[in-house]
Amino acid sequence: MAKRDRMSGNEAVATAMRQINPDVMGAFPITPSTEIPQYYSQYIADGLVDTEFVAVESEHSAMSVCMGAAAAGARAVTATSSAGLAYMWELLYVAASSRLPITMAVVNRALTGPININNDHSDSMGARDSGWIQIYAETNQEVYDNYIQAMPISEAIRLPIMICQDGFVTSHGVSNIELLEDDEVKEFVGEYKPENYLLKHENPLAVGPYGTSPYYMEVKRAQAQAMKDSMPIILDVAEKFEKLSGRKYGFFEEYMMDDAEVALVVIGSSAGTGKEAVDRLRAEGKKVGLIKLRVFRPFPRVPLADAMCKVKAVAIMDKAESFSNSGGPLFNEARSSLYDLPGRPYAINYIYGLGGRDITVDDYYEIFNDLFIIHETDDPGDVYRYVGVRDSRYEEGGFDHRKY
Amino acid sequence: MMKRRAQDINEKITWQEVTTGAEIFEPATSLLVNTGEWRVMVPVFKADKCRHCMLCVPFCPDSSIPVEGNKRLDFDFDHCKGCGICVKVCPFDAIDFVKEEK
Repeated sequence: MAKRDRMSGNEAVATAMRQINPDVMGAFPITPSTEIPQYYSQYIADGLVDTEFVAVESEHSAMSVCMGAAAAGARAVTATSSAGLAYMWELLYVAASSRLPITMAVVNRALTGPININNDHSDSMGARDSGWIQIYAETNQEVYDNYIQAMPISEAIRLPIMICQDGFVTSHGVSNIELLEDDEVKEFVGEYKPENYLLKHENPLAVGPYGTSPYYMEVKRAQAQAMKDSMPIILDVAEKFEKLSGRKYGFFEEYMMDDAEVALVVIGSSAGTGKEAVDRLRAEGKKVGLIKLRVFRPFPRVPLADAMCKVKAVAIMDKAESFSNSGGPLFNEARSSLYDLPGRPYAINYIYGLGGRDITVDDYYEIFNDLFIIHETDDPGDVYRYVGVRDSRYEEGGFDHRKY
Repeated sequence: MMKRRAQDINEKITWQEVTTGAEIFEPATSLLVNTGEWRVMVPVFKADKCRHCMLCVPFCPDSSIPVEGNKRLDFDFDHCKGCGICVKVCPFDAIDFVKEEK
């Protein structure tokens, strides 16, 4: 039986963790993820769980604790944001390469420079090549549901997993949520039973051996295969979760896409505002749609490209700048996935929402308007654009992306 | 089929044969790897001067000084890297340190 409640995204993650009762948590506080270990410490103090909480001196150590615990055979979790995630960088790659199924709640926050505590995706997008599975949420409900699906995915394929949500927007915003019963969650997630681990004394094991040039590339190729093989597992876990909760998940959600002419591709909470813009434009008879990407790693290249091919022009929204001079991370991968398809749409990048900058329904109107112009004129103009930034060229009037 | 034992892991195995996480399913596999070939300088054990005080043994960073029946034996040159720490700590001048002739 489901329970209706209201809570923040951080409390939702901590609640899911309480229901799972993992073996070890190594965590260090950093805004806006601090509440997760804070709530969880309280659950430990109250005797609701028997997790070993390791209070570390840094995120580098938090991830090291999780790796040691996971290699030893324990279910290990952590939570972090922004600079904390950046400080784990070195270990992220080691955890993934050692194939340790660690679950990390990432509360997305801008990376410093200039210092900022608000939401964008630069932290986890920066870690996109570290070999972790990454699943993003639009709402508090989704981050709770994603967290409960995390371990069955991660432990089946033996890859670490990030469950991402937007800092403050969902992490601190309180909303209605439907919780599963504790025993339902425990049964769904199950006991962690690794085949081999360091504390299994009858099976001595060397973890993390030196990979010299004759071996390193084979190890990386096998790791790449694991990321590929996680795709059906993600769908299988989502299907089982739907049977339990009634809530359906996939690699992405398609919103009003069936007869859409133009569409957005967006990750996280900004999809909510995007759907509002879609609803309002639909009421005016405009055929607009939205694709909300849930799984960024593994990148669902083929199904996402097929979904984007339903329209004539897509705006690919990046809440992270990559300073590549050719657009953000989602744009580059999503646009690349279209290349071989004959009916491919125009694909335009919009960098938005950096450092917690709001994206509004009006911003989306502007984007959809651009897409309709591109569709009608068959001229994409400059495909690497910003939205929501103060630009003196706008004030002078007559700014046109086609004349970049 | 994954190659789980160190003696089966060699430069011919394919990526499909690499274990998950490159784990090796046995301990003490460094014994199979001859790391002594990196050596430039080499310690020379002078048995006549050695009093078997055993100071060199725990100082060796690589367990390359075998001990048997309370006596140290000659170096394990398959694993000695020629760091010279044993030479420095020996109180009886029982270890020379010379450039290795290959």
